[in-house]
Amino acid sequence: MTELKTRGEKGFAIFAEAVIVLLVLLSIAPILLIFIASITQENSLISNGYSFFPKALSLDAYSYLLGDFKTILRAYGISILVTAAGTLLGVLITAMLAYPISRSDFKYGRIIAFLVLFTMLFSGGIAPAYIMWTRIFHIKNTILALVLPNYLMNAFNVFLMTNYYRNNIPGALIESAQIDGAKELKIFFRIILPLSVPAIATIGIFTGLAYWNDWINGLYYITQPQLFGIQNLLVRMMDNIQFLKSGAAGSALGSGAVQLPSNSVRMALAVIGVLPIVIIFPFMQKYFIKGVVVGAVKG
Amino acid sequence: MEKTAKRNSRKNTWSLLMLTLPGLAYLLINNYIPMAGVIIAFKSQNFAKGIFGGEWIGFENFAFLFKTKDAWIMTRNTILYNLAFIVIGTVCAIFLALLMTELTKKVFSKLYQNALILPSVISMVVVSYIAFSFLNSDSGLMNKSILQLFGFPEISWYSEAKYWPLILILVYIWKTAGYSSIVYMASIAGMDKSIYEAAKIDGAGKIRQIKEITIPLLKPTIIIMTLLAVGRIMNSDFGLFYQVPMNSGALYSTTQTIDTFVYRAMMQLNDTGMAAASGLYQSLIGFMLVMVANGIVRKIDSDNSLF
Repeated sequence: MTELKTRGEKGFAIFAEAVIVLLVLLSIAPILLIFIASITQENSLISNGYSFFPKALSLDAYSYLLGDFKTILRAYGISILVTAAGTLLGVLITAMLAYPISRSDFKYGRIIAFLVLFTMLFSGGIAPAYIMWTRIFHIKNTILALVLPNYLMNAFNVFLMTNYYRNNIPGALIESAQIDGAKELKIFFRIILPLSVPAIATIGIFTGLAYWNDWINGLYYITQPQLFGIQNLLVRMMDNIQFLKSGAAGSALGSGAVQLPSNSVRMALAVIGVLPIVIIFPFMQKYFIKGVVVGAVKG
Repeated sequence: MEKTAKRNSRKNTWSLLMLTLPGLAYLLINNYIPMAGVIIAFKSQNFAKGIFGGEWIGFENFAFLFKTKDAWIMTRNTILYNLAFIVIGTVCAIFLALLMTELTKKVFSKLYQNALILPSVISMVVVSYIAFSFLNSDSGLMNKSILQLFGFPEISWYSEAKYWPLILILVYIWKTAGYSSIVYMASIAGMDKSIYEAAKIDGAGKIRQIKEITIPLLKPTIIIMTLLAVGRIMNSDFGLFYQVPMNSGALYSTTQTIDTFVYRAMMQLNDTGMAAASGLYQSLIGFMLVMVANGIVRKIDSDNSLF
């Protein structure tokens, strides 16, 4: 349908677009600033400060990081491992828990739904959780500390999945599978899960982002630098730029002779930490937005 | 026949229950054991006596907590920041949504939206690096370029508490406005176009349509989102208040929230009782607020209430 546009409407559309473009620039500019700083010559950073239009460019920061690539690679590996493991396991147990809740003929559906809901309303707080994880499960300074606490599953995602099953899986489909003699578990893994790819993609993105961006579990439970993911390496680098130099992060290379370009190296590491998201997120945007809309008020 | 049906349904119940077990086990460990663990708020710390052991000391931890200046400061900051976030955040999100829905080219609007959401999907650590590139005293963009340009003296941002309410609100808006606008965009997209057609025929311009149709129709969404935010008014984004100000002690008066206090009590002062007491104080008030807010939402629109 082609709409007739009055001159006023056209004018308003142009105005809206102009303002949006300005706001888009404001959104991107700060992220761009750390990228530009990472390719600015250290001396230029020191004398002229951070700037969108640096006087001199250089890739020193990146070549410095390359010299310490073991540290970076290890942190990156840990981040990738934790994100992959947490997302896969989290999505699986969330999808498994949500399915029976969505089944109206499941006797315990209501009580289990309440148990999930209650975690949204009340929490014990960090202190008892910290004591439990460290003194009962002894996860301090293990990779499990980065996977298990907080992010594996949450009520919001469970209800998002539950609603998806309710609205998109026809009851007749389950019934006919039952009549054919299929077992419940088989029905779930063979029929329901493959049909739920969009919802799984959505909670997968939420969970994956949470894991990739998490540094708080590391702050509480990790004191050994060898177990730092990229975000915790960034936290430590901010406190102590010498951290890389000292080789404390398990690198064999103490690049003692090289003058450390501390400002630009910091920013280069931040760029490396944020790059995967900037590259991958546009492809996931659709599912992300769907999840936010559906789950805006509740999952 | 009847018997087999019964047996089958019992079998089904068992199978379905099996599916819930891993998830329930996780909820038990991650959520319910710590809930029971709040008793440590009423105990003295004594790990020799077992995990959640120690002597019962009643409300001593709470009495001690509320004698400190910290209790008042962190509560005030948490609530005031959240109120500012709710008001300013909502206005910015609606403003964005109104503009975004005016865009005609789908390809561009996707691109714009991607850029606007991007800040919300990067980690608070990276945000703290960005803030540092603007604010650090020696070479930050603010001191070296912007303030110099206007002839202002340099400011040591990380030791001047008075600037942080403004800084944190700006960072928050930058990080969340695009994300928050998604809900309002969806709400506007679902509105009945014929009302607008009618308004056009009556000669109402764009601004008037927004004022008299869009905003009134957005009201339920605004009210529900606001009420849900009020339910979370005791919570704060730990990273925003801890990492962005670089955990700087000079800034506590304007950056300390309940979440950052719990961390400091727990990890820096090793005062588990105090940390647990603050956490419980936060959770209990939060619980009451969520219940009240949800009750009101249910009255307005039961489809959107939590339960």
